[in-house]
Amino acid sequence: MAENVTNDSVSVAHASGPGMPQLDFATFPNQIFWLVIALVAIYFILSRIALPRIAAVLAERQGALTNDLAAAEELKQRAVAAEAAYQKALADARSEASKIADETRAAIQADLGKAIARADDEIAAKTAESEARITEIRAGALRSIEDVAADVAGDIVSAVAPGQKVDAKALAAAVAARVKG
Amino acid sequence: MRTRRIKVVASESTNTTGTQSKGNGRVIAYGLIALAVVLFGLAYADGYGKLAIAPMDQFKVKPLFGGDTIAWYTPTNVTFWLGMSILSIFALMVMGTRGRAVVPSRGQSMAELSYGFVRKMVEDVAGKDALPYFPFIFTAFLFILSANFLGLIPSSFTTTSHIAVTAILAMGVFFTVTVLGFVKSGFGFLSLFWVASAPLALRPVLAIIELISYFVRPVSHSIRLAGNLMAGHAVLKVFAGFAGAMGLAGIAPILGVVAIYGLEVLVSAIQAYVFTILTCVYLKDALHPHH
Repeated sequence: MAENVTNDSVSVAHASGPGMPQLDFATFPNQIFWLVIALVAIYFILSRIALPRIAAVLAERQGALTNDLAAAEELKQRAVAAEAAYQKALADARSEASKIADETRAAIQADLGKAIARADDEIAAKTAESEARITEIRAGALRSIEDVAADVAGDIVSAVAPGQKVDAKALAAAVAARVKG
Repeated sequence: MRTRRIKVVASESTNTTGTQSKGNGRVIAYGLIALAVVLFGLAYADGYGKLAIAPMDQFKVKPLFGGDTIAWYTPTNVTFWLGMSILSIFALMVMGTRGRAVVPSRGQSMAELSYGFVRKMVEDVAGKDALPYFPFIFTAFLFILSANFLGLIPSSFTTTSHIAVTAILAMGVFFTVTVLGFVKSGFGFLSLFWVASAPLALRPVLAIIELISYFVRPVSHSIRLAGNLMAGHAVLKVFAGFAGAMGLAGIAPILGVVAIYGLEVLVSAIQAYVFTILTCVYLKDALHPHH
């Protein structure tokens, strides 16, 4: 009976082999051999084909990105430059316009001043002329007054003292003295 | 004129209903396939009705073409799934990038993303001077990732669940890094174990601890990966065994299998990542041994 049981347990143990197939050292050389072959194969697949290819693709992509970024940067710079040029042109045009306006204004001012000066001169000349004539007229009038006064005085004398000889010269002097007064 | 317009409207309406019914049809087809698989499994499960769980059977190494002797050169299921791993890496990294497009296709995007992911990891963790070793690290990463994911295909064989495989990977990393450390900085590499920032009295003690931890590295490095995968796959098998034994109530373990499967998908990616980043850390220690 006991023998039977032990037999059974032995056969069971034999059927399932050692508890863990992992510890069945008889399979180790086989596993190690094929593992080394597999690892070498994977290493060569990777290092000969896959890794250079992926590295090249990544480098190419990086290059494309860098180029595109550089191009974008350059375009941006160009846009900024264009904007600056536009602003400069605008400012130039504005200053040019204001310069022209100033010049025109100055020219007009000068013309105006000249014209005013000429007009002033003319006016002054006319005034002087008028004044001269007024003076002349006034002198003429004074002279006429003296003449008239002398005549009137001569008439008055002859009326007051008929037959009396009128001393014209003395009369004129007397009238002139009176008029000057 | 009016009839033509009506016709156009009618054809449009039939179009929309057509696409809708197509979508429904697809869902129904998937459901039928799933049902067929479950029925097939239930019908052919030899352990149906009794609890016969052999969670470790999935890890058995078997000759591919019959026979039961396994010599070192015998093509086994290990060979087959390692080959599938190579093929999937080839498909992703070579066929995916076939277009060499500046604006990448989906496949090329995946290849470029994995390349950039590991390359950045190497550069960030181990520094710029570690980049010459990037192809080796990338090889390890892609191998572990593809083997882990291929192991998630039902009834497949997970090569990375075997300590023989992960130990070779970890030992490769360990010896390469150690030799590299001595080649790069000679005996200065030993300053890795001499913690200059610690008080002088503590340094010998720390040196012993550092030395032990350095030699434990390959052990933890390999067992972490193999253990995670083995445990996850064994748990999946145990739940599947429950499902087989419980008949109609087996729906509960099946839901459990679905949940654990999702977890295993995470574990597959995370363990590949962990193995790779630890490799980078060890490489950093070799290139810059001074703390």
